[in-house]
Amino acid sequence: MTTATILLENVWVEYAIYGLANRSLKKTLVDVASRGRLAREVQQELSRVVALKGISLRVNDGDRLGVVGANGAGKTTLLRVMAGALKPARGRIRRVGFTSSLFDVSLGMNSEANGWDNIILRGLYLGLTLPEIRALADEIAEFSGLTEEQLACPVRTYSSGMQVRLAFSISTAVRPDILLLDEWISAGDAAFVEKAKQRMNDLVDQSRILIFATHYDWLLTGTCNRAICLEDGQIVADGPVADTLAFYHGNQPAAA
Amino acid sequence: MIETIVNAGAVTRSPVRRTVWEWDGNYTRSAIDDVRLGIGYWPLWVRLGWQDVMLRYRRSMIGPFWLTISMGIMVLSMGLVYGELFGMEVSRYLPFLTIGFLVWGLITAMLNEGCQTFIESEGIIRQIDLPLSMFPLRVIWRNLIIFLHNAVIYVVVVVVFDVTLNGSLLLVIPGLLLLLANALWSATLLGILSARFRDLPQIIASILQVAFFITPIIWMPEAAHKRPLLIEANPFYHFIELLRAPMLGHAPTLANWSVAIAITLLGWGGTFLFYRRFHGRIAYWV
Repeated sequence: MTTATILLENVWVEYAIYGLANRSLKKTLVDVASRGRLAREVQQELSRVVALKGISLRVNDGDRLGVVGANGAGKTTLLRVMAGALKPARGRIRRVGFTSSLFDVSLGMNSEANGWDNIILRGLYLGLTLPEIRALADEIAEFSGLTEEQLACPVRTYSSGMQVRLAFSISTAVRPDILLLDEWISAGDAAFVEKAKQRMNDLVDQSRILIFATHYDWLLTGTCNRAICLEDGQIVADGPVADTLAFYHGNQPAAA
Repeated sequence: MIETIVNAGAVTRSPVRRTVWEWDGNYTRSAIDDVRLGIGYWPLWVRLGWQDVMLRYRRSMIGPFWLTISMGIMVLSMGLVYGELFGMEVSRYLPFLTIGFLVWGLITAMLNEGCQTFIESEGIIRQIDLPLSMFPLRVIWRNLIIFLHNAVIYVVVVVVFDVTLNGSLLLVIPGLLLLLANALWSATLLGILSARFRDLPQIIASILQVAFFITPIIWMPEAAHKRPLLIEANPFYHFIELLRAPMLGHAPTLANWSVAIAITLLGWGGTFLFYRRFHGRIAYWV
C-alpha cells in the first residue's frame, strides 16, 4: 500500500524570453564570432523570467490543495511543474501516484480523425494501454451523448458543443491518483453541464491528491481542505483555505 | 492500491505509466528514462505516424500512392532526358536514378521534418510529461511508411528493365536500419536545435538542396573519377550506396559500411550528450 505524495524541494523555474534575433542561429553565430560587436540585438533581446523562486512544498495523501495568487504569480507554472511537463532549473521533485492534468480538455484531439480514433489517441496520450482504452471507449461514447454514426465522422464535422462534450468525456474518463486542475472545467448545454458537474465531483472525490488553481473563492472553499497563496513565484501563505484566502485578500484588496 | 486508473474494465499493467517520478538534477538518469519510456510509448507514435500519413492524403482515393505516382513520373521523365543528355543507356541509368531518388527522398524528408520534431507538438509538450524521445520516432516512422509506398516504383523498374539481382539484395535491410538509426539521432538533434533557433529549418533545407547536386544521384560516381574525394568525403553518398548498391545487384563497399557505422556511433554519442544536457529545456523552447 503506497500513499500518494508530491514533494518539491527548493524548486526554481527560470527561462529566457527570446526575441526574434535571439531565435536566429545566423545572428547568434555572428554575435558570438564578433564577440558582440556585430548584431548586438542578440544580447539586448535576452530577458530572463524567474517564474518559481525556491518553492518547497509537501502535498500529502488526502490533500485537496487550492492554489491562489494574482495573474503571473506562478500558478500555472507550478501546475505544469507538478505535471512533469516543465522541468525545473534547480531543485528536486518527487511525485508518487499516477498523475493526470486537466489543463486543456481538447489536448491532442485531431479534428481530421473521427471520434473513436480520438478516444483511442487521448487514452494513449494518458499512458493507457489499448485493452484499457477499449474497456473505457463505450462508456466515454455513452457519456458524450454522441451516436455511433457521429463518432464515425471526423471531429471537424461536429458542432462546437459536440466537440467539447467529446473532449470532456474522454479527458475525464480516467481516474488518476493525483489530479491537477487549472480552473474548474465544465462543458456543453444545460443538460450536459449537470452531468459534467457530477463527473467532476466524482473525479475529485476519487483522487488521492487534488491540486486546484482558481480565481473563484467559492470553488476553493467548496472543494479544498488546504490552500497556498503564490506571489511573485514564492509561497507566501499555506494553511486552511479560509486563512489563506483571508491573507490573499488582505494582501491585495484591489485584485479581489 | 495506487493504480486506480480505470473506472470501468480491468486495470492492466502498462510499461509507460509511471507512478513514481523524480527530478533531482540527475540528467543522465532522466534522459535514459525518457528514451526507455519513448520506446514503450510505441502504440502512440505508431498510431500518430500512420495518422500523419493518412491525413496528408485523406481526400484522395489512392492515399499515399499519390506521392508514389508523382515520384514515378519525375523519375521517368528525368531518366529519359538526362539519360539522353549524358549519353547513357536508359536500362542502366534509369534504375540507378530511381533508387538514388527514392533514398534521397527518404533522407531529405527525415531531415527536413526532423527539424519540426518538437515544434509541431508544442502544445502537448508544454502540458503533459510525455517522453520527448517518442517524437523523433514518430517522424522517422511516418517517413518509413511513405518510403515503403514509394518502393513500388523500384519493383516496377526492376521488372521493366530486367535488373539482375542476387543475394546481396538482403543487405538492404541492415543498410536501411543503419540509415534509420542515423535519421533518429539527426531528427532529435535538429529538432532540439530548431526549437531554439527558428531559422535552422531553412538553413538545413538549403544545405540539402546543395547536397542533392554534389551527391551522385542524377550523375554516376564514375563521372567524378578524377576527383575521388568529392564522393568519398560526402556522407550522403555512403548512406545512399548502402541501399542503392544491393538494390542494383552488388554489395556496398567496405568504405561505405565503415563510414556509415562511424557516423552512427559518433552521431549517437554526441546526440546523447546533447540530449542529456538539454532535454529539460525543450518544453521551454517550443
